[in-house]
Amino acid sequence: MRLVTAVIKPFKLDEVKDALKAIGVTGMTATEVRGFGRQGGHTETYRGAEYKIDFVPKVRLELVVDDAQVDEVVDTIASTAATDKIGDGKIWVTAVDRIVRIRTGEEGSAAI
Amino acid sequence: MGLDTGDTAWVLISAALVLFMTPGLALFYGGMVRSKHVLGMLMQNIFAMGIISVLWSAVGYSLAFGGSGRFIGDFSLAFLNGADGITGTIPTMAFVAFQMMFAVITPALITGATADRLKFASYAVLIAAWALLVYFPVARWVWNSNGWIFQMGALDFAGGAAIHINAGIAALAVVLVIGNRIGHGSEPMPPHNLPTTILGTGILWFGWMGFNAGSALAANGVAAQAVVNTHLAAAAGMLGWLIAERKQAGHATTLGAASGAVAGLVAITPCAGFVGGASPLIIGAVAGALCYLALGIKARLKLDDSLDVIAVHLVGGIIGTVLLGLFADTGVNDGGADGLFYGGGVELLVDQVIAAVSVLIYSFVVTYVIAKVIDRTMGLRVDSNDERAGLDQSQHSESAYQA
Repeated sequence: MRLVTAVIKPFKLDEVKDALKAIGVTGMTATEVRGFGRQGGHTETYRGAEYKIDFVPKVRLELVVDDAQVDEVVDTIASTAATDKIGDGKIWVTAVDRIVRIRTGEEGSAAI
Repeated sequence: MGLDTGDTAWVLISAALVLFMTPGLALFYGGMVRSKHVLGMLMQNIFAMGIISVLWSAVGYSLAFGGSGRFIGDFSLAFLNGADGITGTIPTMAFVAFQMMFAVITPALITGATADRLKFASYAVLIAAWALLVYFPVARWVWNSNGWIFQMGALDFAGGAAIHINAGIAALAVVLVIGNRIGHGSEPMPPHNLPTTILGTGILWFGWMGFNAGSALAANGVAAQAVVNTHLAAAAGMLGWLIAERKQAGHATTLGAASGAVAGLVAITPCAGFVGGASPLIIGAVAGALCYLALGIKARLKLDDSLDVIAVHLVGGIIGTVLLGLFADTGVNDGGADGLFYGGGVELLVDQVIAAVSVLIYSFVVTYVIAKVIDRTMGLRVDSNDERAGLDQSQHSESAYQA
């Protein structure tokens, strides 16, 4: 089992969710986050005073998947979330030691 | 002249319209502060509706409109005893109500400059003392027929000097005493909710119809002219600000549209029932553009006038009060005077400048002393931990928005 974490542009969330559902993913968690990378921030102006906004809004998507499906999930997120502009985000994969479905007590692949 | 029911109805409605401006001002300012201070700002504004109304009925009306003194009234009408006659063509009680709402909103204007750092109890003492020692006397000077500015012949239809210059310069005095917000100039403090500010702008604009046209104290041609002037000055003020902003900063902003409209409204306030034709457009546009440019004043002074009370109210008030000396037209209101452009010579212009400067100096000095005394005794500013935590938590033990 692997945890796939993706930080994407907020307006891409629904598109990515639909694409993942289409390849059989049954659940995920999305969190509104702020961050900056190469995109940096932007400036906003209030009554003539410029403010540098360093942290820009992003969505962090987390889902645990079977080893066999990891590459397909990562590729799907990557192709769906892409706008080809700076700031599209990142995806990374980490190992998961244990997973439990709280309601039934099921563990491993059955709990995904 | 007997009692006129139409006049009475309009002034009573106007009193309600002006009352509505104070919560409007609260939202206008509240949207511009950071979210941890928004209740602190709203509270300071609506609290004025509480404390100033009580003070007004107890002694304020009497000090402003009782007796025969040139500088201050007396206590003959304390608790509104004896205020049951007729003033002009309306019940004196209608005039009491209408003027009460002016007294309420004027100290509330100051809160924009002192945002995010006043201790609540000290603020309560500050505006009570300010009403007693600054607003009630100045209202006397300007609006009571015994008042020295009134007798000099200076005009102030709805409060360019008595309200906007008065509160604007008072804001400067209080900021000089309390200092700048922690992080001012080094960390961003963007408005937390501009839609709220726009809602507040709409309420202010709406209420200003009563503020200015109600000051005719009659439902007549002057009141109708004041409604049109008020609206046109707000419209032209918005355009003036946006043009200046677009040229200088590159974008026409939502906050700029709101601020420009308010600047136009401020400037037309002293002029509303005394000018006509294209004058409200000129006054509004000049105010919009100049108030935008006046934003630079606080940067130059390194002064944290947080929400630009100086640029909008002080500068806007001065513009309106002085321009009235040029644009006043007895063809619009024969109870007024003619300005320089309408064949009246420089006499009115000089009177207007004297009125503006007198209110400015008196208000600055007395406000500074009041603020200093409160600061030395009970402390006017919250401590740094309370300021960082936000006024909502530290002063009121509340949060505006639950996570």
